[in-house]
Amino acid sequence: MYIAVKGGEAAIEASRQLLASARRGDPAVRELEVAQIREQLGLLVDRVMAEASLYDPELAALALKQARGDAVEAIFLLRAYRTTLPRVAATEPIDTQRMRARRRVSAIFKDLPGGQLLGPTYDYTQRLIDFSLLEPAPTPVRPEPVEGCAQHDVGFDRLSPNGSGAKATGGDGAGEMRIPNALDTLADEGLIEAALPSEGDPPPPDITRDPPVYPLPRSARLQMLARADEGWVLGLGYATQRGYAHTHPFGGDIRFGAVALEIVPDELGFAIEIGEIDVTECQMINQFAGSASVPPQFTRGYGLVYGHGERKAMAMSLVDRALRADEFEEDMTAPVQQQEFVLPQGDNIEASGFVQHLKLPHYVTFESELQLIRKLREEALK
Amino acid sequence: MIDGYNFAYLDERTKRMIRRAILKAVAIPGHQVPFGSREMPLAYGWGTGGIQVTAAVLGQHDVLKVIDQGSDDTTNAVNIRQFFARTTGVTTTERTRHATLIQTRHRIPEAPLREGQVLVYQVPQPEPLYKLEPRRTETLKLHGCEEYGLINVKLYEDLAHWGRVETTYDYPVLVNGRYVMSPSPIPSFDNPKMHQSPALQLFGAGREKRIYAVPPYTDVKSLDFEDHPFHVEPQGHACALCGCTTSFLDEVVQGEGERLWTCSDTDWCREQQEGAA
Repeated sequence: MYIAVKGGEAAIEASRQLLASARRGDPAVRELEVAQIREQLGLLVDRVMAEASLYDPELAALALKQARGDAVEAIFLLRAYRTTLPRVAATEPIDTQRMRARRRVSAIFKDLPGGQLLGPTYDYTQRLIDFSLLEPAPTPVRPEPVEGCAQHDVGFDRLSPNGSGAKATGGDGAGEMRIPNALDTLADEGLIEAALPSEGDPPPPDITRDPPVYPLPRSARLQMLARADEGWVLGLGYATQRGYAHTHPFGGDIRFGAVALEIVPDELGFAIEIGEIDVTECQMINQFAGSASVPPQFTRGYGLVYGHGERKAMAMSLVDRALRADEFEEDMTAPVQQQEFVLPQGDNIEASGFVQHLKLPHYVTFESELQLIRKLREEALK
Repeated sequence: MIDGYNFAYLDERTKRMIRRAILKAVAIPGHQVPFGSREMPLAYGWGTGGIQVTAAVLGQHDVLKVIDQGSDDTTNAVNIRQFFARTTGVTTTERTRHATLIQTRHRIPEAPLREGQVLVYQVPQPEPLYKLEPRRTETLKLHGCEEYGLINVKLYEDLAHWGRVETTYDYPVLVNGRYVMSPSPIPSFDNPKMHQSPALQLFGAGREKRIYAVPPYTDVKSLDFEDHPFHVEPQGHACALCGCTTSFLDEVVQGEGERLWTCSDTDWCREQQEGAA
């Protein structure tokens, strides 16, 4: 009986046991190891870390195991754990130009300094189910990366030292490598707006600690977008491409790889490197703007997420640009331009909780509604 | 050829459905014909419409060329060419003049096309009015009533604001004096090549589920005003490889902010280099 007048506690305990056995599945099948999830479902692990805003591949994999692969549930677990962690220090801003890039593409130039580095991507695969993966490979294969093998040879070697210039095949500590931002060459010519800190360079608000007060500055919007639900951001970004606040985007610079984290301990007074994280960054080039005093310039949209998440980073940069409508005095015509529509609704933990809370008992409030509608009908039928 | 799949991936009934849509599109030049677009093994936005059109019209004796940004060697072109090589076994070529069917993204080849050739465009957004009116229920009416005031006002506003039309690619055209059509995101530099072309031009938009066409020898006029006629502005550079000054050029960024310009149509560039040698 669903409405158990008594005995709720026992029912809940039974439900938990059922969940545990559902999570385990057929006991005849070997149990999944957390390391397997971390290594072989890496993109899912990355998504969980990004939307949980906690960089910990091991715990994200564990959360996925516990959540039976439900990404939002795993994100929830990791966010709840994040709450318990003390904040020891804030890092210096990461420098993505010093990224050890495993992938870097720019759609706006055929070739450019730093080159086009394809890296691991599904982009140029044909989506044909590979039935050979039904069985484990007989011997584990781990081919050594061929130097520059994923470098897209654009056929300019004899002209351009840049075409094959990037040796950053990743993973082997190639030393100090700097891949200049593709937008810099445009910025040097003044063709694109400068990327400058806000007036006075104020510290960004912390969206996990400070309640939002709209309108939010871009620094807070980007934080919210970085951990917003990928599907939500994707849909909104896609809407801009279909005419709902079109922003004329070009993929300026999209890169994925490891960046160093540095902190400046008080007792030292200089930066020390404490580790690395993988991030994906997208710098979108958008619709130009100009005025009587400023000649036209391209504008920017920005996306950055933990791990390897190009879909999310790119969609984020489209939404970021759309949310700057007021800055460029653009017509407000679509929901994607409205902060209060885009940002609070994008948090999938908040959304998932509230949508699903409708499963909780509501019979007290519903009884009041029942009484009202009966009275109204009585009066109407008189 | 890959086992387990029909010639050109799609089953024969699906191809017939697409060919019917193409026939209708050819009969009403510039009109967007809805079709039952299928899920393809390449991502939306990567040419699923063009691939379906190519799959529907490709025959065993066709010679296929695939370009992206004018080049046969760009990642997406390589992938699509390999896809059709795997699923049809047809001959592929990089030579514009040898091809019977050319699938393209963002360019029209520089070498003039001839009768019997088919040019298949990959179209991200078939609706030329979508930036002005995103609701397709409304744009359908606008096309039906030949009501193109919105886009003319847009062009006028550009002229008033910037002194020139702000659209540099996907520049809208009027086909056969009736339908305003998206030429796909080719540079406006390429627009004049569509006019009275001897080749059949087919346009496939997979995600948006539309096919449209320009039959051979059809008028294709870039939208303009009598006192502001459409024109193509020269880039003012010569190709660093072949010296051509009349082709569309890619800008290649070198170190130290230096620039280099080369033909975007790599086959054209090869021809020019061989002709000069």
